[in-house]
Amino acid sequence: MGRSLKKGPYVDEKLYFKIEDLNRRNEKRVIKTWSRRSTIFPEMVGHTIAVYDGKRHVPVYITENMVGHKLGEFAPTRRRTKHGHAHERPTRLK
Amino acid sequence: MARIAGVDLPRDKRVEIALTYIYGIGRSTSKKVLRDCQIDPDTKVRNLTDEEVVRLRSYIDQNLKVEGDLRREVAQNIKRKMEIGCYQGLRHRMGLPVRGQRTHTNARTRKGPRKTVGVKRKKK
Repeated sequence: MGRSLKKGPYVDEKLYFKIEDLNRRNEKRVIKTWSRRSTIFPEMVGHTIAVYDGKRHVPVYITENMVGHKLGEFAPTRRRTKHGHAHERPTRLK
Repeated sequence: MARIAGVDLPRDKRVEIALTYIYGIGRSTSKKVLRDCQIDPDTKVRNLTDEEVVRLRSYIDQNLKVEGDLRREVAQNIKRKMEIGCYQGLRHRMGLPVRGQRTHTNARTRKGPRKTVGVKRKKK
């Protein structure tokens, strides 16, 4: 079920203002964020946003095609299970 | 012969059903098309007049995306998702269900035939 159009797309304001700020100053810097729920806006294209995946911030370079998706879609929260590597404890992976 | 949108021509069926042989037209679209073209959905395809066939053909050409065009659009959407590396794209790449279905069991349509992993037993 999609979001009601009446409300418009959602974006965390703090993140949006940070991007605006960078755009105004023509600056490029990696922004860390926990806001996986934010929609990717056209203004974000060209920036790199480090999206939290529950453990670390995954750097995501925003391209034009990604507009309209949510940030969280680009930082998977699950690790693919692998069998037969019992000696390498997955919890120990950094 | 009724030949609409390229290749499709099932004869002895009611038009309402026959139209669904076109990729991109299901029952509800079919009903809508016939309503808009003012054709009785119960007429058999072979009983359609030439004029009616022309009307259907032009209506579909103008209003609907069907067959090759639609397939291409769908394929492009999937390709786009795979390229940008979003979650849905990753699922497409891995050949796993995209819409959050369980994969512990089932999901055979996406995963294909079972690949059994044999257990090696110790010999006594």
